[in-house]
Amino acid sequence: MLAVNFLLLAAALFAIGVYGVIARRNAVMVLMSIELILNAVSLNLVAFALMTGAVDGQVFALYVIAIAAAEVGVGLAMVLMIYRNRKSIALDELSEMKG
Amino acid sequence: MLAAEALELSSGWFLENAWLTGLIPVIGFAIIIAFGKKLPMKGAEIGLASMAASLVIAVGAALQWVQRTDSAEGHSEEAFGLLRAFGRSLPSATEGEAEPFIPPVVKTWVWWQNSGLEFGIGSSIDGLAVLILALVAFIALLVQVFSIDYVRDDRRYTHFFAAITLFAGGMLIMVMAENMVQLILGWEIMGLTSFMLIGHWWEEEANSRAALKAFFTVRVGDVGLLVGTAIIFFGANQWAVDNLDSNGFNIAAIQAWALSGEANTQFLLWGAVALFIACIGKSGQFPLHTWLPDAMAGPTPVSSLLHSSTMVVAGVFLVARIYPVFWEGFNIGTGGLSFIAIIGSITIVIAALLAFVQDDIKKVLAYSTVSQLGYMMLGLGTGAWLPAVFHIFTHAFFKCALFLCAGSVAHSGSHHSFDMKKDMGGLRKKMPVTFWAWIISTLALTGVFPFAGFWSKDEIIDNVGANGYTFLQWVSLGGAALTAMYMTRATYLTFFGEPRGAAAGHGHDDAHAEEHEMEHISVGAPEPRSLSSAANTQHGGEGSASDEPHGGHGASAAVDGSDHHHDDHHGDHHGGPHESGKLILVPIVILVFFAIVAGFANPTPLASRFGEGVEVLKTYVEPRPTPVIIEEFLATGPGESVALTEASAVVAAESGEEGGKKAGCGFTAPEPGTACFFPGVSHAEPKFTKILLSLAVVAIGYALAIAFCVSFYGRRNPKLVGLTERNTVLRGGFLFLKNKYYLDALYENVIVRAIAHPIAKMAYWVNQNVLDATVNGVGIGTRKTGQWVYDNIDQKIVDGAVNGSGWAASEAGHAMQPTQSGKIGQYGALLFGAATVGAIVLVLVNVS
Repeated sequence: MLAVNFLLLAAALFAIGVYGVIARRNAVMVLMSIELILNAVSLNLVAFALMTGAVDGQVFALYVIAIAAAEVGVGLAMVLMIYRNRKSIALDELSEMKG
Repeated sequence: MLAAEALELSSGWFLENAWLTGLIPVIGFAIIIAFGKKLPMKGAEIGLASMAASLVIAVGAALQWVQRTDSAEGHSEEAFGLLRAFGRSLPSATEGEAEPFIPPVVKTWVWWQNSGLEFGIGSSIDGLAVLILALVAFIALLVQVFSIDYVRDDRRYTHFFAAITLFAGGMLIMVMAENMVQLILGWEIMGLTSFMLIGHWWEEEANSRAALKAFFTVRVGDVGLLVGTAIIFFGANQWAVDNLDSNGFNIAAIQAWALSGEANTQFLLWGAVALFIACIGKSGQFPLHTWLPDAMAGPTPVSSLLHSSTMVVAGVFLVARIYPVFWEGFNIGTGGLSFIAIIGSITIVIAALLAFVQDDIKKVLAYSTVSQLGYMMLGLGTGAWLPAVFHIFTHAFFKCALFLCAGSVAHSGSHHSFDMKKDMGGLRKKMPVTFWAWIISTLALTGVFPFAGFWSKDEIIDNVGANGYTFLQWVSLGGAALTAMYMTRATYLTFFGEPRGAAAGHGHDDAHAEEHEMEHISVGAPEPRSLSSAANTQHGGEGSASDEPHGGHGASAAVDGSDHHHDDHHGDHHGGPHESGKLILVPIVILVFFAIVAGFANPTPLASRFGEGVEVLKTYVEPRPTPVIIEEFLATGPGESVALTEASAVVAAESGEEGGKKAGCGFTAPEPGTACFFPGVSHAEPKFTKILLSLAVVAIGYALAIAFCVSFYGRRNPKLVGLTERNTVLRGGFLFLKNKYYLDALYENVIVRAIAHPIAKMAYWVNQNVLDATVNGVGIGTRKTGQWVYDNIDQKIVDGAVNGSGWAASEAGHAMQPTQSGKIGQYGALLFGAATVGAIVLVLVNVS
């Protein structure tokens, strides 16, 4: 069934995104991975909307895109500030919050 | 069986909203207390406005009640047009037609409900209610106008107006009461405010003692009110629930129950006795009349209001309101010698005798009120309901006028003294308006034709005789003669003869005034006073007899400098006696006008000549003793236009003659399915000879008293002067009266000492040995328990728990520390791992 393919694609994207978040050291790469995860979720929502015939899921997808844009804006601003202060965006060096 | 015929009765806005008359003064009271001091007239304007508003509504209600009654008359005229053709002047009974009972306009709200018993508050307006409502509002308004000038510059001016407004409000609430609970509410408001007003100048110990005495004496009677209400409730409740869908507090239900013929006579008798004890206390009947003269310690406007239309007539009103209870309980209808009649007639005589030995003008009037209240009670106790209510109405005007005259004399004539022997005399020329007002009111009080008191008092006397109480009729005639005598004495001492003391223009220095006031207020001090006072020789020369009565108040008050005001002091120094100002005279003149004309509200002797139409009060105020079909009565919602059915076309009431057994309401039980609300009281046929007799008695009283006064006080006839010192019998009688029958001594020394002191001692013992021991024991026990709790529970358990939780949190934190590595990858892994675990759990839960 067509919808199952959408869900499988979304799962794959999600897995790639999770890998990126955990494994990557570059902050920009981590942000991009987060975008992948969000898009995987959006894809899921659209797929479910297709299955049920309701338009809600598509509306939610639009909503997620808008939130994602904002999130990336904030994230990139933080990355920029971190780069200005430390001349580096390697995340494993940012461990001042260690408990 | 019943000539059922629907009867449309009119109603109106004022009748339905008459409850406002009670509410407005209460709101006025709250406003005066809260904001009075900031207002330009210090709160007096609110008091006046609220009384004026109440008066407008009450008068409107009275007019609409007249319309309502007439709307029933109009119906009768149609239905019995043939019979009416004989002419209106025929008494209705001879036409074989009973006038229909006019049901009151009831408006009520339930404020509390308990196991099916509803407590309402609202208004129940009938002829009696509108009469007294309008009367109270009118008198209260005039008294407030009088007070503006009279208590000006008083330290508690605002509080005075607040209390006097609430006082009238209490009476209005009581008068419109629809159930006994509301009646008690109004009754107690009056008790409280009378305490506040009598003790208005509480800095003097005598005043606060008088206030306490008034409060406690009335309270003795109030126990009777509560007990009586309870007795009546338990007697009437079941009947009221079964027949009227009402309860045993509803006044209409109580009236119907008492007349239903199914009422338990024991309940009726003891309920009536208990309620009448309340009336004895409130209306100053023997033997609880002792508080009334002491209540003179209050400002004169208070005495005036208290003695004319509020407070003391409350007891009379209560009897009139639930008259069927007394009618049946004391067998008034069958000519039984009732408790009420006995107490009333005793009161007439003993109070009139006491008035002879008073030197204080207000106390003479106070005893006069007690005596007149005795007339009202005598009338009610012998079946003369209408004359008694009529006497309330007329008495209010002339007694209020007399008190205000006394106030005017003290205010402008005798330097705030009320002592007739010491500070008055010869004021007739100096205060002509006050003098003539006093004379007319006195004539009205003593029942001289054609003034107000004649019509009402004579009718009481006449009806007492016509109902078969010949002895009591002679007692009341004797009382009328005594009234003429003591009023002559007071008039002579105040307005005739040589001016004495302050009336002669002798001023008082402040110290003397103070001592003087103390003396005048000091209650029940029987020391004989000298006719002259040493301080009278000191001439207060300043401000000699200025024509403008109150011109220099402000300035001289400032000169006076002391803020210690007594009685009616305003801190001003008067010159000689002069006439009072307009604000004082106008209310007096209005009242005097009514003292002249009020009698024509119900001139029974004229009825034979001009027809029954002249008897306004009989037509509109007296409820008709006609049975009403219960269903029809119930169907009338509050304030709606009432469809009423005449229950019985023929009622053999109103016979007034001895022949045969009387029938109708109050004599025989009403037919099943109908209820009576008022007994068929009989009315005496006025006879010219009887009127002449009572006028002759009064004339003899006057003649004797004038002769005595002129020779005793005027010429100092040596045969009479000092007679009480020389003649042992007379001296004994004089002292007996002077000491007020030793009733105060009996109450204070015997009863209070015998009852209260052992009780006080026992209470002290109980206090020391039982209560204190208990309290101490509890204290020690508590302390020990507390120590134990501190040692064991607080220190070990509570503190242990607190410390333990802290320790646990700290250890857990240390254990979790390694997870906070600061590495984002690790955090992400934990996050997603947790999410995965959560997702797996979710899937497992949903799948299985």
